[in-house]
Amino acid sequence: MTAVVETPVINPVEPFLRMDRMPHIWCPGCGIGTTVNCFARALIESKADPEKLAVVSGIGCTGRVAGYLHVDSFHTTHGRAIPFATGLKLANPSLQVVVYSGDGDLFAIGGNHLIHAARRNIDLKVICVNNFIYAMTGGQTAPTTPEPATTTTAPYGSYEPAFNLPYLTESAGATYVARWTTYHVRQLTRSIVEMLQKKGFCLIEVLSPCPTLYQRRNRLGDALETMKYYKERSKTRHGAPTSEVGLTMQGDIVVGKFVDRDRPDYLESMRRRLAEQLGDKFAGVGVLA
Amino acid sequence: MQANPKGVLTGTHFLDGDQACCEGALAAGARFAAGYPITPSTEIVERFAWRIPTVGGMFIQMEDELAASIAILGAVWGGAKAFTVTSGPGFSLMMEHIGYAAMTETPCVFVDVQRGGPSTGLPTLPAQGDMMQARWGSHGDYEIIALCPNSPQECFDVTIRAFNLAEEFRVPVMLMMDECVGHMTEKVVIPRAEEIEIYPRRHTARGPGEYWPYETNGDLVPEMAHAGEGYRFHITGLTHDERGYPAMNAAAQDRLVRRLKNKIRAAADRLALYEEEATEDAEVVVVSYGITSRVAQRAVEMARQRGIRVGKFRLVAAWPFPAARLRELAQRVKVFVVPELNCGQMVLEVERAAAGMARIIPVTHAGGDVHRPETILEAIVEAAR
Repeated sequence: MTAVVETPVINPVEPFLRMDRMPHIWCPGCGIGTTVNCFARALIESKADPEKLAVVSGIGCTGRVAGYLHVDSFHTTHGRAIPFATGLKLANPSLQVVVYSGDGDLFAIGGNHLIHAARRNIDLKVICVNNFIYAMTGGQTAPTTPEPATTTTAPYGSYEPAFNLPYLTESAGATYVARWTTYHVRQLTRSIVEMLQKKGFCLIEVLSPCPTLYQRRNRLGDALETMKYYKERSKTRHGAPTSEVGLTMQGDIVVGKFVDRDRPDYLESMRRRLAEQLGDKFAGVGVLA
Repeated sequence: MQANPKGVLTGTHFLDGDQACCEGALAAGARFAAGYPITPSTEIVERFAWRIPTVGGMFIQMEDELAASIAILGAVWGGAKAFTVTSGPGFSLMMEHIGYAAMTETPCVFVDVQRGGPSTGLPTLPAQGDMMQARWGSHGDYEIIALCPNSPQECFDVTIRAFNLAEEFRVPVMLMMDECVGHMTEKVVIPRAEEIEIYPRRHTARGPGEYWPYETNGDLVPEMAHAGEGYRFHITGLTHDERGYPAMNAAAQDRLVRRLKNKIRAAADRLALYEEEATEDAEVVVVSYGITSRVAQRAVEMARQRGIRVGKFRLVAAWPFPAARLRELAQRVKVFVVPELNCGQMVLEVERAAAGMARIIPVTHAGGDVHRPETILEAIVEAAR
């Protein structure tokens, strides 16, 4: 008789997840988990060494991503994932440092840090999940909330203009800027692979449904209907001028890779300048005493 | 272990307190500093920015104090010894990350060169108004260590101590300087590297797979690992368990918060450093710290010349506060005179320690100048009456 050995079927992304922390906290229909799946698949595809990868998150629903990834992971303070990641990356330049956070965390409370990290061209890979709302706290207005969406703090509809995240990030100096939605899982995965190979400050904006708070409160249907919206209204335009990719409520969504350029990153500029000025006296930028 | 000679500027120097603090940090092994300019602390990082490329390491000027105070924490988890420096308004902005450092047990040093407050206050003039903020400024229950040097030499020595304690207890350590001590120039002797004792990082000896970031073994201070070493650990400012995983319940909160407090409290006797002079026969004891202790010194001498039995008690550590020793003294001292450059902060601790056994005379000052020795003398005379 032949013994039948049953090998358990393991999802290929499992080695990158802290399975001992499942189930996660995200709501049914939330898109954050989809982005994590794409991220893990991108790690597999790019053959990234998980031991040389650190993920830094801020606070919020997307801020919980760090805690579910089985890599060195840091759940920091609200808005400060980027400056934490800056210190981490500069202290250990051999690390691939990914910042994974939400639109409110990165562009409202953390907006100043984002533009300065982009200006300096710190070698950080930022994944910004944009659900148009502060979800963890119950659905308040975010800097991305489109007019005239209703939130708990804009009960009569928002009347603030929303930030165009790719435009802002490109203007500040990022070397790579792309946008996808959680409908575009293959494109998003490819984009993450590409970003991980890039040097400098990179950002991918991922539109994601928040069926519990954004879609429901605005009577936009459930997560499936949001997928249909993403599918029908997304227009892929690689290289589109970022000034033209602003979002409107339920309007067209321009997706694609908008920026892919090269310029020296912060450490490179620092090393070059100091070596030029100090010659043999320059002792390097290694911080390990 | 001994200091790395690369950072030690052995010799006799003429430095101000800010410069001496920078040299102390370099001697202690700090190789990463992040800062945001603010008077009267900026000279510390200006010197660091000038010195560090030839020592090996880096300085980064961040976009604000929130960024500076968390960039150093990122650097520590990347393997560096790191610090930031600031003054009142910037110290207020750093409070959240002092709490984050306490919660995540990230060893680091925050230097506050105090100036007049509240708000923008007196940017170029001294005060000691942040002493309670250093202890209580971030939300929630936690413990920190705060040291208050009174000379450029001590700025050097105590900065090294600050880094050592940060490593030993995995806690943010505050160096509470003041504008006068920061800008006063005096002789500073920097010893040879082999004479400087350095407390090494409590790096775990365990391998990946056998390590949890907040597991403790009898000792109340857990061992550390750095990112990129294969441990694949998680760190969060949420209440967490031994694995570093969020644990949202009262039992986990109780276990964690009490350990964070107890690791300092258990060592309070040896951490609460002070200096005592002529207290054996004293009826009156002047309790002071920082620049005020230098003025108090003069007042005590004047009072002694007048035959008043007065002693001096100087806080080298403000937190933990040397309550036990002051309580002992309170049993035989009639009066504690407490001059400070604020409207009465550490005097509350003296009062608490004295527990009604001795009278307390605060000598307050809103800041912007130091006391006149005569003002402190008057209080001593009144105390002895």
